[in-house]
Amino acid sequence: MSDGLRVTYDREYAHVQDQVLKLGELVDQAIALSLKCLQERDQELAQQVIDDDEAVNELRFHIEEECLALIATQQPTASDLRAVIAAMNIITDIERMGDHAAGIAKTVIKMGDEPLLKPLIDIPKMTALARKMLKASLKAFIDRDAASARRVAKQDDEIDALYRAIFDELVEIMSHKPDAVERATYLLWCAHNLERIGDRVTNIAERAIFMSTGDMKELNV
Amino acid sequence: MTENNVKFVVRDLDFYYGHFKALSDISLDIREREITALIGPSGCGKSTFLRCLNRMNDPIPDARLEGQVLLEGEDINHPEVDVVDLRRRVGMVFQKPNPFPQSVYDNVAFGPRVLGMVDGKADLEAIVERSLKRAVLWDEVAGNLRGNALGLSLGEQQRLCIARVLAVEPDVILMDEPCSALDPVATLRIEDLMRQLKEHYTIVIVTHNMQQAARVSDRTGLFWLGELIEFGETSRIFTRPKESRTEDYITGRMG
Repeated sequence: MSDGLRVTYDREYAHVQDQVLKLGELVDQAIALSLKCLQERDQELAQQVIDDDEAVNELRFHIEEECLALIATQQPTASDLRAVIAAMNIITDIERMGDHAAGIAKTVIKMGDEPLLKPLIDIPKMTALARKMLKASLKAFIDRDAASARRVAKQDDEIDALYRAIFDELVEIMSHKPDAVERATYLLWCAHNLERIGDRVTNIAERAIFMSTGDMKELNV
Repeated sequence: MTENNVKFVVRDLDFYYGHFKALSDISLDIREREITALIGPSGCGKSTFLRCLNRMNDPIPDARLEGQVLLEGEDINHPEVDVVDLRRRVGMVFQKPNPFPQSVYDNVAFGPRVLGMVDGKADLEAIVERSLKRAVLWDEVAGNLRGNALGLSLGEQQRLCIARVLAVEPDVILMDEPCSALDPVATLRIEDLMRQLKEHYTIVIVTHNMQQAARVSDRTGLFWLGELIEFGETSRIFTRPKESRTEDYITGRMG
């Protein structure tokens, strides 16, 4: 892409990219820990996930400022402009994913010491899939790889299917065991947060496609 | 974007300076009451192309043109075309403001007088006032129409040159780097003026300032080594160009 004519711009944009990846790593970690604190019923860890979300918010605003400065001082156009705008949208989605991880951690705290309603099976699957998609979507963004981004977006169907299965199972339990409604609802909240994380990853994939092709499309309605 | 009528149709245009082919196979439509910007690195042919639109290249020895330039369907290079009338209809504003060393009034009155467009003193005064108002210069010079035009600021001089073009009632205004000698504020005033003028006139501007092309024009064409690489709506060219050379040029990685 560069033949040395836009050295400053290229260096500053590379820094934005690095920061976006860093933000992605922080949130990936938060998602992983949110599952861990749910599995181990570790309230201290849950509180840490909630507290660490502040660093995610700060980094997100910091990246946004860098993007604004880049637009104001370097006047990017064409694919450069699309890349900066894509980065600004992507960090919003990553930051919201962090909020969903914190949402799971808050649910863990609400659950207190009550035993889990049932063993966790599909929620760890959703978590693993969401983390894999997050990494792949960011790689597609960095590589400007529309084909990979489309594949990532497609995987959201699997997350949705898992959510549906969890939903049906928990509603079934609730309808037979009224005293389990509260505990079932907690698990449902966790699954719902993961389902939303999948939607946010799809947004990132959409932005990666827009950046590389200029096409603005909703991939997963 | 709504499609205005086409003012100029250019087809298969080649232009030579002696043996040097300065323009190669240019075809494009210039729509009326739009601003068309031509961009590209120095020597790419954009100014040569602009000058083909009112035959300003005619006096250059050994210059030769092939292909067609149609203004409202008429071939402007036809031997029977009256070049003076063509240049009245298709006026030009240059890089450096070039007012005559005369009064503001006489600068604007020059064209209508020479072309015999005037019916008495009151008529001429009306033309001068209307032209200066359309060039958004009236408020600044109304109190001193007899003052020497060279006493104006450069930005005012350039708007005076635009008023001078407007006085002969053109259809099209060609602008060759009209702001390159002006400071940023004077530049923005000219750009505002261009937007107002396009209500009535067709404007074609050559500019090295890509942000200017992006700000002011409806359509943009990129010239490169005598070829038209890409031509399209400005909003698309600056966000989603189709050609990699356009991408490289407007992102500052070529040229």
